[in-house]
Amino acid sequence: MKKLVILGAGTAGTIMANRLSPVLDKGEWHITVVDKDETHYYQPGFLFIPFGVYNQQDVIKPKRDYLPSGVELVMSGIELIEPERNRVKLENGKVLEYDLLIIATGSRIHPEETEGMKDGGWHKNIFDFYTIEGSTALANYLKYWEGGKMVVNIVEMPIKCPVAPLEFVFLADWWFTEQGLRNKVDIEFVTPLPGAFTKPRASKYLGDFLDKKGISLVTDFGIERVDSGANKIISYDDKSIDYDLLVTIPTNMGDEVIERSGMGDELNFIPTDPNTLQAKNYENIFVLGDATNLPSSKAGSVAHFQSEVLFENILRFIDKRPLLPEFDGHANCFIESGFGKGILIDFNYDVEPLPGKFPLPGVGPFSLLEETRMNHWGKMMFRWMYWNLLLKGAELPIQAQMNMAGKRQ
Amino acid sequence: MATETMNVTFDADGYLADHNEWNEDLARELAREEGIEELTDMHWKVINFMRKDYIENGAVPTIRRLKKAGGIPTKELYSLFPDGPAKKAARIAGLPKPKGCV
Ligand SMILES: Cc1cc2nc3c(=O)[nH]c(=O)nc-3n(C[C@H](O)[C@H](O)[C@H](O)COP(=O)(O)OP(=O)(O)OC[C@H]3O[C@@H](n4cnc5c(N)ncnc54)[C@H](O)[C@@H]3O)c2cc1C
Repeated sequence: MKKLVILGAGTAGTIMANRLSPVLDKGEWHITVVDKDETHYYQPGFLFIPFGVYNQQDVIKPKRDYLPSGVELVMSGIELIEPERNRVKLENGKVLEYDLLIIATGSRIHPEETEGMKDGGWHKNIFDFYTIEGSTALANYLKYWEGGKMVVNIVEMPIKCPVAPLEFVFLADWWFTEQGLRNKVDIEFVTPLPGAFTKPRASKYLGDFLDKKGISLVTDFGIERVDSGANKIISYDDKSIDYDLLVTIPTNMGDEVIERSGMGDELNFIPTDPNTLQAKNYENIFVLGDATNLPSSKAGSVAHFQSEVLFENILRFIDKRPLLPEFDGHANCFIESGFGKGILIDFNYDVEPLPGKFPLPGVGPFSLLEETRMNHWGKMMFRWMYWNLLLKGAELPIQAQMNMAGKRQ
Repeated sequence: MATETMNVTFDADGYLADHNEWNEDLARELAREEGIEELTDMHWKVINFMRKDYIENGAVPTIRRLKKAGGIPTKELYSLFPDGPAKKAARIAGLPKPKGCV
């Protein structure tokens, strides 16, 4: 019996298990999935929790309900990957040997990477919204906040869902307006990037939005430390910014098991072939989702597009066929812009977000790089799609590769 | 500008089109354009590490990588190359503009 092991049953690991289980011969292959946490979190929902749009119950489901019955699920931390010996050591003492390994251990925030971040103010007037704990604590805080200066700061790139911090300030602007509090709140968006976003056209478009909404933008700010006694963030070049409420997007890193196993870069992301998704240094290891070091967005939609390519490549690898270099960095992100509207961007490694219609060229119903009500519904529908189609590895009406049709240069 | 007389090509972002055309004189000239009058030993340590790392790994090292793999404290990097050290140092080192990851 040959062994396929999938590490991580988050978005990407779950999709791969669902795609591979029905097609791999049960007499030939045994599939094991390992994760330490029984609960599957719909992370895109964390964005909405601080504003009371979703609560905790809206974003959690049992992992087991989303995995196919044909796979063995082992609930344990992963202690060490030993690629030279084709085996994985688990925290429960088990050792799993493998013929083929898929790593989908994702990424997590590390506030302790910034000096002073976890001192006195953590979850008092300093919050993250990238975890269930952070977003629910922030929801509680905002319920009773009477206003002041809210600073939203990205510590360093890359972060998962790179548009989420912008969505957060757009939603905050809307929510404070609804609460009748907007004139008592200053919102400042502080980023290490040279603009509101990374890609030039989208950066300009989204920057104009900040302006329109009266949100100030501070660029090129490399945070060195937080002085939580004085409520200030201080940059490496000694600029300082005051806050009453700090919402931080801390350093994102791959899991420690990657570091322990000596398989990652400085941020514990795994060097991966950008087009085939094979690990750079190991033939029988493949990587997808947030765990890779690729310059594609760390997003659920990207994990989905990657899974289509990886599915083909796993079957090709098993049949000893050359791998297809088909992943093009495709990402598709709805950006919630507040007041029941949204923006959609679609791009890949080479093509930046452009205006147009999506997914049907000229028709839509979604509009690219444009603010519409329909795009907002797309974002809200994403939760249903996530649980019912995406995780199951079902075909979506969107191709894995980016399509130029429907886009305007 | 003096770099124009040096017979090298720049890309649309003003970064050297081919990193093989780089030499130390060009680096001094680019540094002056970036407002750095003199390149000290520490500047050269950064530049040389960046070039070596780029040639070995095919990517312009990030500030975190300069710290962890290159042993250059971030605070010092900011004082050597004020205002956007990663971009400035990459330009002086003759490398492409770093792609702030998406
Ligand atoms: C606030 C926010 C908003 C977002 N919005 C969007 C959006 O609108 N659209 C979108 O497409 N994406 C969005 N994303 C990103 C999306 O959620 C992630 O990119 C996606 O979940 C990545 O999937 P993954 O499988 O790589 O990692 P994850 O889903 O995080 O799964 C990793 C799994 O590995 C397990 N694991 C890790 N290490 C170990 C170990 N040592 N032992 C055992 N188990 C381990 C974890 O328990 C986890 O279950 C958002 C993310 C956040 C935080």
